[in-house]
Amino acid sequence: MRIACPFCGERENGEFTYLGDAKPQRPAMVALEVAGGAAGEAEAFYDYVYLRDNVAGEMDEYWYHGGGCRSWLRLTRNTATHEITSVEAAPGTGASSSPASTAGTIS
Amino acid sequence: MKYSIFSLARAALSGHKSWARTWRDPAPKSHYDVVIIGGGGHGLATAYFLAHTYGIRNVAVLEKGWIGSGNAGRNTTIIRSNYMLPGNTGFYELSMKLWESMEQDLNYNTMVSQRGIINLYHSDAQRDAFARRGNVMRINGIDAELLDAVQIRKMLPFLNYDNARFPIQGGLLQRRAGTARHDAVVWGYAHAADKLGVDVIQNCEVTGFTRDANGKVTGVETSRGRIGAGKVGMAVAGSSSRVAAMAGLRLPIESHVLQAFVSEAIKPLIPGVITFGAGHFYVSQSDKGGLVFGGDLDGYNSYAQRGNMPVMEDVCEGGMALMPMIGRVRLLRQWGGIMDMSMDGTPIIDRTPVDGLYINAGWCYGGFKATPASGLTFAHLLAREEPHEEARRFRLDRFQRGLMIDEKGQGAQPNLH
Repeated sequence: MRIACPFCGERENGEFTYLGDAKPQRPAMVALEVAGGAAGEAEAFYDYVYLRDNVAGEMDEYWYHGGGCRSWLRLTRNTATHEITSVEAAPGTGASSSPASTAGTIS
Repeated sequence: MKYSIFSLARAALSGHKSWARTWRDPAPKSHYDVVIIGGGGHGLATAYFLAHTYGIRNVAVLEKGWIGSGNAGRNTTIIRSNYMLPGNTGFYELSMKLWESMEQDLNYNTMVSQRGIINLYHSDAQRDAFARRGNVMRINGIDAELLDAVQIRKMLPFLNYDNARFPIQGGLLQRRAGTARHDAVVWGYAHAADKLGVDVIQNCEVTGFTRDANGKVTGVETSRGRIGAGKVGMAVAGSSSRVAAMAGLRLPIESHVLQAFVSEAIKPLIPGVITFGAGHFYVSQSDKGGLVFGGDLDGYNSYAQRGNMPVMEDVCEGGMALMPMIGRVRLLRQWGGIMDMSMDGTPIIDRTPVDGLYINAGWCYGGFKATPASGLTFAHLLAREEPHEEARRFRLDRFQRGLMIDEKGQGAQPNLH
C-alpha cells in the first residue's frame, strides 16, 4: 500500500500514521444544556468514542504524514482491497470543522 | 471413529486407506435449537460444549468457507494465562486448564506442548510491572516465576543481552504456557462435536437474519437456504461488525490486519515462547523447525487478510535486535489475519440488544489461547441464559458503563506511537 501525498508524491505507508474513519463527528459539549441533558450527551459520546461502522469496503479516513510533510490527509480507501481512490489535503476538515470545536470549551 | 494406538496400528496395516471421515458433511436441516455462525475454533468449541456439557445436541455450525480458514488457521499457536486484571485472570486460566485436558476430552491429538513462555523485561520499571503481574497470577493459583538475566541466559544463551536500547534484565516465565497445533484444535473440536450430533456445515455463508414481528431472531438466511434457529450465536472474529450489521447492530470493534511469519526449518533452537514486547516481536519454534513469529498490527482498518511491508520490516528488525543469529535464516511464509479489535483489548461474550442473537467477539490478537474457555463460556450463556462465572465481565455494554478491562491499556487505536 502506497499513499500519493499531494505534497510529497507517492510514499510507502510506513511514513504515515492512521487516525481512522473520517465520518464520526465529535458531539458538541453544548448538548449538556439541552433537554435530555447529561444522559443524551453521554450516549452521544459513547457512540463517538466507542462504536464503529467498521466499514468493509470504501471508507473515508484520516492519515497523518508524519514521515514527510506532516500534513493531515483525507483518503478514500477500500478496506477490503487496500485500494486508494482519492487523497486530498485535509486542513479545515475533521475536528477543526466541527461545531464542537467552537462550542467545546475544554482546553 | 475413536482414535487410539490400536486404530493407528490398524490403519497403518492397511496403508492408511481405512481412515473414516473425521466429521460428516451434512446438508443443513430446516431448524436447529442453536445455530452458531462461524466455523473457527471458537464456534466449533461452542458447539462441542453445548452438546457435551449442556446437552444441547441439535446444533449447527455454519462456516462460509472451510472450517479453520480464518484466524484459527492464521495465528501463531501460543497458549498462556499470564493475565492480571479481574475478568481476564480467571478466564484465561480456565482456558489453560481446558488446554491441559483437551486431547483426552476430544480424543484428538492437538499437540498441546507446555514449553513455557518468557516475557522479557529491560528496565527496573518493567521488572516491577512484571513482578506485580506474576504476583497477581500466583495469588490466583497460576504459575509464574520472575527470572533475572543470569537465569534467562541459562535458558536462552543466544539472545542479545547487551542491546544498547533494551538490554535484557530478566523475564517473567509461565512454565505451563506453550503452543498447540492450531489446525488440529479446529479438527479436534469438529470431530468431537460431530460425534455428539452437531452438524458442521461448510461452504454455507450467512447472508441475513430472519426475525419475527417482535424483532426476535428466528433463524438465518444462508447461501444454502433459510435455516431456522431457536437461538443464534455469532463467533466470526474479524467479520463481527459485518454480521452484526445484518441485525442492525453497531459494535465497539474495528477490524485490523495482523501479520505472522514463519522461517525455513532449522534445528531445534528455541525451547519455548519468547516475547520481546519492547521490540514488538515474539517468537517460538514449530515442531517442524520453522521459527514462528510476529509483532504488531499494521495499524489501519482492513478486511484484506494481508498486510504491508513496513510492519514486516519492523518485525524482522525486532527479531534481529533480539537474536542477531537469525539474520541468515530465510523467511518462508508471511500472511495476515483480520483481528476483531475491541476498544479496550478485551473480548465480548454476551447477549445482544437483539433478542435471540448472542455475540462472541472482540478477541483482538489473543483469540487462539482462549478457544476452549470461549467455547465453554459462550455455550453456557446460550444454554443457561446467564453468563458463565468466568466470563461475566465480558459484557457488551461495559464501555457505556465505564467497566472496561484494559489489560494492555490499548484497543484498536492505541495512539501510543
